[in-house]
Amino acid sequence: MNTLADAWDWLTDSAHWAGDDGVWHRLTQHLVLTVVCLVISCLIALPVALVLGHLGKGGALAVNISNVGRAIPTFAVLVLLLLTPIGKWGEGPTVVALVLFAVPPLLTNAYVGMREVDRDVVRASRGMGMTGRQMLWRVEVPLAMPMILNGVRIAAVQLVATATIAALAGGGGLGRIITAGFNLASTPQVVAGAILVAVFALLVEAVFEVAERLAPKRGAR
Amino acid sequence: MTAPPDDCLARNEWICGEYLSTRRDILLDAVGQHLQLTALSVLIGLALAVPLAVLARRWGWAAGPVLAVTTILYTIPSLAMFSLLLPVYGLSEALVVAGLVLYSLTLLVRNILAGLRAVPEETRQAARGMGYGPIRLLLTVELPLALPAAMAGLRIATVSAVSLATVGAIVGFGGLGNLIYSGMNTFFKAQVLTASVLCVVIAVAADLLLLGVQWLITPWTRAARA
Repeated sequence: MNTLADAWDWLTDSAHWAGDDGVWHRLTQHLVLTVVCLVISCLIALPVALVLGHLGKGGALAVNISNVGRAIPTFAVLVLLLLTPIGKWGEGPTVVALVLFAVPPLLTNAYVGMREVDRDVVRASRGMGMTGRQMLWRVEVPLAMPMILNGVRIAAVQLVATATIAALAGGGGLGRIITAGFNLASTPQVVAGAILVAVFALLVEAVFEVAERLAPKRGAR
Repeated sequence: MTAPPDDCLARNEWICGEYLSTRRDILLDAVGQHLQLTALSVLIGLALAVPLAVLARRWGWAAGPVLAVTTILYTIPSLAMFSLLLPVYGLSEALVVAGLVLYSLTLLVRNILAGLRAVPEETRQAARGMGYGPIRLLLTVELPLALPAAMAGLRIATVSAVSLATVGAIVGFGGLGNLIYSGMNTFFKAQVLTASVLCVVIAVAADLLLLGVQWLITPWTRAARA
């Protein structure tokens, strides 16, 4: 229990919150990194998934890509990218690695969501004379929205976790507080950093949970 | 001006046969540690997940809290998880195993519970009608029928554990992750690439092995198709 008290002392010391190595700076880095990568991943994955889902092609690819992604260690990819020429662009390796790992869940969930839309509903919309584009935006996407958002949520949580590992490979973010703590052999700082990261990850999960509860229920009845 | 060295280690190339032959012992040690970490954590995870899932199945009210707690543990980033357990276990292999166990719990509990819930009520009633007690029903009917779903969870948990174990390098017990970490600090390309590829090979091999085990222990799923 002593360690927890020490960690609390570390957290309540205002000196640890200011400056370039401070909590506020690391928290901002973590948040910016997560949001930027989430937006890039969505821009890459969602159009592909929606088009493939609409056409009903490439399903095996979309699902398998997700399983392969799990087998590849994030940490290994980060270090590999760091040692290639991309490593010279500062946060470059981190962004590439994060996007690489956020795309599979987005792709798989959006594709599966699109395919699970009731075929009768899709045929009915075609019977009403809708064009392919109208069917996609007015019927399929709204009905697939819960699954698509679930993918976004999984991707977001994964991004928070991966952004933490980036600190091992010299990137910024909250993980840096933990790795710096290890280098200083300061257990209170390590535990304090871990608490910050855990709370941040749980907050992101909670934000999505609340957003899902508040969203209008479409097709649930 | 000296001539370029004809040794790929000296030229620091990504792919280097010389590295494989000169560092064989280091690589074998790392692979051994990696296998030990993942096998131990998945087995402990399984030993904890089966009773939890059975409890959650038997008493419906327990399912909510069990799933909520394991999901929360899964949300916490691995680096933070290893660090949070640091005061409890210190810098040890047990620290990494404990962290990985907590991760595998979510995947295992969810899948085993889904498998148990999918056992048809008629099947359970038929077994009860044949005089099966609750223990015998669980061991000879419910758990075997939940096997395919449980094995799916076990495969995902194992593959994830293989890749997450690398993060254990932060405390010096990351198996192949140790080689990646030290290779990063010394810009030793061959070491980083070789260790990364070995991680993926282990993950794929473990997945195929479990697929084979599933094929062996669920003969009835094959009979049904034939």
